[in-house]
Amino acid sequence: MLRLVARRLAGGAVLLLVISLLSYLLLSIPDNDVGRQLLGQGADQAAVDAKNAALGLDRPALVQYADWLSHAVRGDLGTSWFTSEDVTQTIANRLPVTVSLMLGVTLVTAVLSFLLGVWAGVRRGAVDRFVQVLGVAGYALPGFLVTLVLVLVFAVKLGWFPAIGYTPFDESPGGWLSTITLPVASLSVASIAGVSQQVRGAVIDVLRQDYVRTLRARGLSMPRIVLKHVLRNASAPALVLLGLQFVGLLGGAVLVEQIFGLPGIGSMTVTYTARGDIPVIMALVMLTVLGVVLINLVTDVLIGWLNPKARL
Amino acid sequence: MREGVQRRGAFGRLVRNPLGAASLLVLALLVLAVALAPLLASQGPQAASLAHAFDGPSGGHPLGMDSAGRDVLSRILYGGRTTLGGAVVSVAIALVLGVPAGLYAGYRAGRFDAAASWTADLVMALPAMVVLLASRAILGSNVWVLMVVLGFLVAPSFFRLVRGIVADVRGEPYVDAARVSGLSDLRIVARHVLIVVRGPVIIQVALVAGLAIGLQAGLEFLGVGSGSTATWGAMLNEAFQNIQRSPVLLLWPGLALGVTTGALVLLATALRDALEDRAGTPPRRRRADALVPADVSRDDRAELLSIRGLAVAYARPDGTEAEVVHGVDLDVRPGEIVGLVGESGSGKTQTAFSVLGILPDGGHVTRGSVIVAGQEVAGLPERRHRRLRGTTVAYVPQEPMSNLDPAFTIGSQLVEPMRHVMGLSRKDAAARALDLLRMVEIPEPEQVLRRFPHQISGGMAQRVLIAGAMSCDPALLIADEPTTALDVRVQADVLDLLRRLQAERGLGVLLVTHNLGVVADLCDRVAVMNGGRIVETGPTDRVLRDPQDPYTRRLLDAVLDDAPPRAPWRPVEARSETA
Repeated sequence: MLRLVARRLAGGAVLLLVISLLSYLLLSIPDNDVGRQLLGQGADQAAVDAKNAALGLDRPALVQYADWLSHAVRGDLGTSWFTSEDVTQTIANRLPVTVSLMLGVTLVTAVLSFLLGVWAGVRRGAVDRFVQVLGVAGYALPGFLVTLVLVLVFAVKLGWFPAIGYTPFDESPGGWLSTITLPVASLSVASIAGVSQQVRGAVIDVLRQDYVRTLRARGLSMPRIVLKHVLRNASAPALVLLGLQFVGLLGGAVLVEQIFGLPGIGSMTVTYTARGDIPVIMALVMLTVLGVVLINLVTDVLIGWLNPKARL
Repeated sequence: MREGVQRRGAFGRLVRNPLGAASLLVLALLVLAVALAPLLASQGPQAASLAHAFDGPSGGHPLGMDSAGRDVLSRILYGGRTTLGGAVVSVAIALVLGVPAGLYAGYRAGRFDAAASWTADLVMALPAMVVLLASRAILGSNVWVLMVVLGFLVAPSFFRLVRGIVADVRGEPYVDAARVSGLSDLRIVARHVLIVVRGPVIIQVALVAGLAIGLQAGLEFLGVGSGSTATWGAMLNEAFQNIQRSPVLLLWPGLALGVTTGALVLLATALRDALEDRAGTPPRRRRADALVPADVSRDDRAELLSIRGLAVAYARPDGTEAEVVHGVDLDVRPGEIVGLVGESGSGKTQTAFSVLGILPDGGHVTRGSVIVAGQEVAGLPERRHRRLRGTTVAYVPQEPMSNLDPAFTIGSQLVEPMRHVMGLSRKDAAARALDLLRMVEIPEPEQVLRRFPHQISGGMAQRVLIAGAMSCDPALLIADEPTTALDVRVQADVLDLLRRLQAERGLGVLLVTHNLGVVADLCDRVAVMNGGRIVETGPTDRVLRDPQDPYTRRLLDAVLDDAPPRAPWRPVEARSETA
């Protein structure tokens, strides 16, 4: 297991390196003339050149990359060209918002998907049909459309939750809960739709396995068999999908944070990527790739724990 | 032209499916409406008069006006052009990249496959929305350019799909045959492989188109890519800004978007059903089906297991029932081994499962009586039937490996029923598990208890299953082909074990098998089953030496032991039947 983790981490480091190089070179292709953008059309060429030199933009792209990398590995992601903010600090301020959003969605999705999926797989009937309709609907409707409907109903019409804004947890836990509920709910709908169907399918598959019949023949009750043996064996495929959904959430968070005005990584992605602000974009790309690597690692470890055959 | 017939068949099934027909119709109407936008809309999408901002529906403007006094219908129709056009661009790029690469990688495997698969995994691992936003810094904010990028991002889904199918097909005998007969790879791919891939790719096109439309609208909602042109996403954004004042403005673009993506996904679902020609799932068995009791006296019945007039039926998808066992009589006395022989499909296993009450979904006892140790179990509720399992009647399955839960250790699987069925403490149950493994002659039982099923051999797994069956001291053991999956030497060991258990514990055994050798070796009596009926029953010696029923005779003749050696093979000139 430790070897698996070590191998995955090494692979992830290589991936980060390759993607950072590619991104940096690609981002350097368009001639944005950052100095001119910063100083305005009226500024004289000497001042623009001096500004570009100060930012290090007069050097070849590979040199710029090497410089960026040598700072990045020490945790210094540079400063934004356009706002002069410290990128590491900005991300550190915004990350808790996005992380609490994603953890909330994952928790809600995991609990509800397993409840619905196991129920649908074991009892079939009405719950089963509901899960299947939900599965198609969750796939068919763009996530932000669901978000808009939830805002319309629960924030505008009913006024139960604020439509916009964010309260940090350490300021007011109750306020945090009320500002995070709708964003979590709107991102959870699609995740639950996907994962609960996967759980349902896996449960039905496992129920057909010979060993379930043999366990019944030993005199164990169905609820016991379902809660212990079926659940454990059906969890692996569901976890794989949950991991994939989590990656998808990185994208979904962009829209949801924008709609609810949450000061997280997602809304940062929208505002900062319009201009060629390389230090910020690089930081966001690295953060995303790091997130993907970590999620896959956690999924693999969990599956190895669940399935003894996968333990290497 | 069998293939043409099949395709028309699939298309016919698609349009006969209400879901498929409706989604096709919706999509066709949508394309038509968008194409005819200049005729349907009373004014252009940008024509604005602030005086009419937020006006409700009126004659020339059936959907009303937006926040800038522009015609909502016109903007929806013109916006649909961008939406559908963008989806076409993305899907086309993804198809051009993904399908040929998938065909090549799947068919040739090797280094290209490894490199392409790695790239595909990498691209699929990245969240599309974030990549699209980041790529805007390089490529600019043009919706068509972004849709091309999206095409690259979703190409792996086609690649993986096609590659997987082709890799499966490559090993098929008919592809090997085509290769051996000298067809070029290109012709093989064109003739045999593309056909298999076609259906799944069409389904994927619908799904990817829906995904592309959703992402595109998301980008436009963020104000990316569309500039000042009318798009559904931008309309949703403008409506969202005015959500307090006029929430109804969200309705039309939201509906247009939801209906379009919904129709595409439903079309994909209907296509899948049509291509797979899926039958419905069998209905759940109604509770408390009237059970017809067998009209028999109790005098002539064996005290351990006595079956009279047992019939088993399965519910068909159309609501009717298929009877698979038609009135079986069978007895097992304590200390007796009874063989139940017959071909596969003769109803042996169904009979055995009825005694245990573990018939698969949809199967149930319709008639007859099954008495296990004095208790009638036909029609017995699951809870009461369960109390007999393990303690009175136990089960040894056929395939040892698939009958152990791969996720738990041998020890935990042995201990669990003893704790819950017999109520033993964890410590007592563990000690008993060790004794049981010793009883079935497993070497180093302490270590085996800690192993997982995939770490032990098939023969050892079968011994573990026998130990599990014996763990709660049953009086009757039902063994369903207990040696079929094992190699010959292990078979003999397992049969010896069953004989010893029967002798030492006075166990009654019902041995379900198709192997007459096993019957001759082990059984006191034998019942021969054919087509859901017992055709002959009696002491093993008598039945094997002097079979009364023609079917038993045929079964015995089929055993090769006494068959004369075959005549030497003489080549006969092959005649080709088809050209």
